[in-house]
Amino acid sequence: MNSKSDQIQACIECLRRSWLLADLGPFIEVACDDRPGKRTPELLALDDRDLVQAMAPSRAKQMFASNRGLGADLLHGELLAARSWAICRHDPSFPEVLLGSQDAPRCLIGRGDPSLLAEWDPGASATVVGSRRPTREGLAQARSLGRDLARAGVVVVSGMAMGIDGAAHRGALEAGGPGRTIAVLGCGADRAYPGRHRGLHAEITTQGAVISEMPPGSRPWRWSFPARNRIMAALSSVTVVVEARSGSGSLITADLATSSGRDVGAVPGPVSSPLAEGTNSLIRDGAALIRDAGDVVEALGIPGNALRGVDAFDRDPESRAVLEAVAEGSSSVDPIVGRTGFPAELVLSILTRLEIDGLVEVSGTGEVVAVTTVR
Amino acid sequence: MLAKTVSFTVDGTAVRPVEVEVDVCRGLPSFGLVGLPDTAVREARERVRSAMENSGFDFPLRRITASLAPADLRKNGPGFDLALAGALSIAAGEVPPGRLDGWGLVGELALDGSVRPVRGALAMAEGAREAGLRGILVATPNGPEAALAEGITVRTIDGLSELRATTGEGPPGNAAVPMELGIHPDREGPDLADLRGQPGLRRALEVSAAGAHGLLMVGPPGAGKSLAARRLPSILPGLARDEALEVARIGGICGTLAPDVTRPFRAPHHTVTRAGLIGGGLPPRPGEITLAHRGVLFLDELPEFRREVLEALREPLEAGRVEISRANGQYSMPARFVLVAAANPCPCGRGDSDPGCNCSRAAIDRYSHALSGALADRIDMTVSVTQPGFESMSGPAGEGSGKVRERVESARRRMEARLGPGRANGDATREETAGFSVTPGALALLGEATRTRRLSGRGHDRVLRLGRTLADLGGRKSIAEEDVAVALQLRSREGAG
Repeated sequence: MNSKSDQIQACIECLRRSWLLADLGPFIEVACDDRPGKRTPELLALDDRDLVQAMAPSRAKQMFASNRGLGADLLHGELLAARSWAICRHDPSFPEVLLGSQDAPRCLIGRGDPSLLAEWDPGASATVVGSRRPTREGLAQARSLGRDLARAGVVVVSGMAMGIDGAAHRGALEAGGPGRTIAVLGCGADRAYPGRHRGLHAEITTQGAVISEMPPGSRPWRWSFPARNRIMAALSSVTVVVEARSGSGSLITADLATSSGRDVGAVPGPVSSPLAEGTNSLIRDGAALIRDAGDVVEALGIPGNALRGVDAFDRDPESRAVLEAVAEGSSSVDPIVGRTGFPAELVLSILTRLEIDGLVEVSGTGEVVAVTTVR
Repeated sequence: MLAKTVSFTVDGTAVRPVEVEVDVCRGLPSFGLVGLPDTAVREARERVRSAMENSGFDFPLRRITASLAPADLRKNGPGFDLALAGALSIAAGEVPPGRLDGWGLVGELALDGSVRPVRGALAMAEGAREAGLRGILVATPNGPEAALAEGITVRTIDGLSELRATTGEGPPGNAAVPMELGIHPDREGPDLADLRGQPGLRRALEVSAAGAHGLLMVGPPGAGKSLAARRLPSILPGLARDEALEVARIGGICGTLAPDVTRPFRAPHHTVTRAGLIGGGLPPRPGEITLAHRGVLFLDELPEFRREVLEALREPLEAGRVEISRANGQYSMPARFVLVAAANPCPCGRGDSDPGCNCSRAAIDRYSHALSGALADRIDMTVSVTQPGFESMSGPAGEGSGKVRERVESARRRMEARLGPGRANGDATREETAGFSVTPGALALLGEATRTRRLSGRGHDRVLRLGRTLADLGGRKSIAEEDVAVALQLRSREGAG
């Protein structure tokens, strides 16, 4: 009994909203068919009655009535069965930052550590998003951003999608310790979507929290991604975009962040790369230029932080030479040996240490990528 | 009248003695053959008849019954011709009884009575020894191979007429001279010196050879992956005599026996079937992995191999043998080899970071998924291979195979002292790995790699095995910090993301 009252602090009205969204899923899908990114937040600003009326006029009465009929016991039972907790905006532990706007979620259902949200400080969190089909460099950047931010005490918020999102979460988990990262999902928080991130989902659940405004078990809709983007954008003072094509969903998140008065940062890329199109244009429009976690921390205005990227000068000259060779594009041992003239064994062991310190990333096929600029 | 001789049939890589009985009795002229003969054996009747008549023997125009025992064993191949003709000649009174007592007879007959070689002569000669025979009689071209068998007399004959030619009591035929076993691998052939300016790849090859660690090379076409793989046998330790005999035995059975017996190198195409790779068919025949026994199996374009074919490699890689179960029995064939695989970084081969690569992310993911799937846990090392620069390609030749092999051999001796004869670090068990001596610095580095999530539990053992090989190559008693640092880079990582 005790655990029940502990875990479910959301009032029944707000919980019903979540279940209503799930019921309306297919209707909103149709309504937002052409531009899910733009219209979803507008729709979600409507209150329950208006939303049902707008989305399913023919069945509005019936749906609304059945939603109102959902009892607390039933919903609590479902939440407990999904091992989830829930908080709503009438609850003191609901993050204050989510209360401001019209379209803010009424209730959040989550798994993992609920206290993470209870003590929420938007100034100590950063949302990291980006392409689902990034380059190797992009992945490495997201991972090191996640890791270094988490090390600096910044909670990393992302959407657990393939690509950049997943890498940012992984990086934050790598920093070790609990409470480093939160995943915001477009489906029920108990569902690991995409399926390939099952393991990641489990890790974030035990090390941080996975949240969603949808009830447990609900499937993802096309509209539910921009919907969760607005939560991600609202949660942190800064949203960082790592690699985005033009028209990417990450740009929607950046837009939402700007319109709700949050800062936006972007990692620049080569002008020729389609994956840098979105991020470069963000920077042109005034987003902060992000090179490493230090830049994010600066944008957050965390004072006195010594996290100024990688200072290669305090490493020995051999490591520095290897790091430079990697930064200049040597992607495996042989070219690094060719460039530095060091024996292969030395290069291999230096790479291991650079990798452990997070200065380079080595892929499963043995390709080496530099993570930060050498200063 | 009844007469008996002994021959052999090859069953997988095992040899089983077959008793050939011939009875000539009164009745209408006929020649019946019983005892599960295959088509080649059944046709022996025609060859035997012609060969006997053309060798000046009298073929009895009576009722002839030949039986191959044990009756429930399938007999295959033309090797029974000589034994059939021998038994029939005795039964017909053309050859004195007792002359072939205690001798195994193996050979195919030509219609003119000359004896042709068959496959598996060495295996059959050893089978004759196991069966307690005095000796074995084979075709002259089979002599050198069969004579490799120790503890059995091998004699060769050219034609059927020799069965009765000698007047004395001695055995027919001539003594056979064994072929040379190329135990020393100093020979003409691909040499590691051809590999120029790829020090990282060289290091990986040396570690792979020393510890028998599986190796995956990932790189664009033309980067030298196949060239490197083909040179791996030349730096493996020289074959011991009993190992060379195993290689010769399998080569003899499959007809791949070269004049010099060295470590085999097999590179099946990626369209190979499961049966072609691990062995199979009816009767089961050795597959590529058995042909690669004591040598190297090279799988080029690893992601192109069918998944179920690669999956079939798991058990043999673990056990060093392949077990094939059939309705009529189990077959066990040796298959201990070093696995080397090569793959392009993406379907087009250029690689993700090359601007010319227009493979979709999904295609690349599928591809690397295929890499990290099937055999990932059986391949200890993954190296990225890049096209060597012009300077190194035109530069001086690299270190030759001979020198590298010396280091590999001394490292292998240390492993055998630790793990037992014929063993290498690559096949160390969990318990053995846990017993490896590790310096505190190396332990600290392992701990750090685990803590920063660079290393999983399974990866831990792999790093220790590789580190142990690196330490053995360097002559160190314990796995040092540097060994672990290098092993962490050389190892295959879980997931290719």
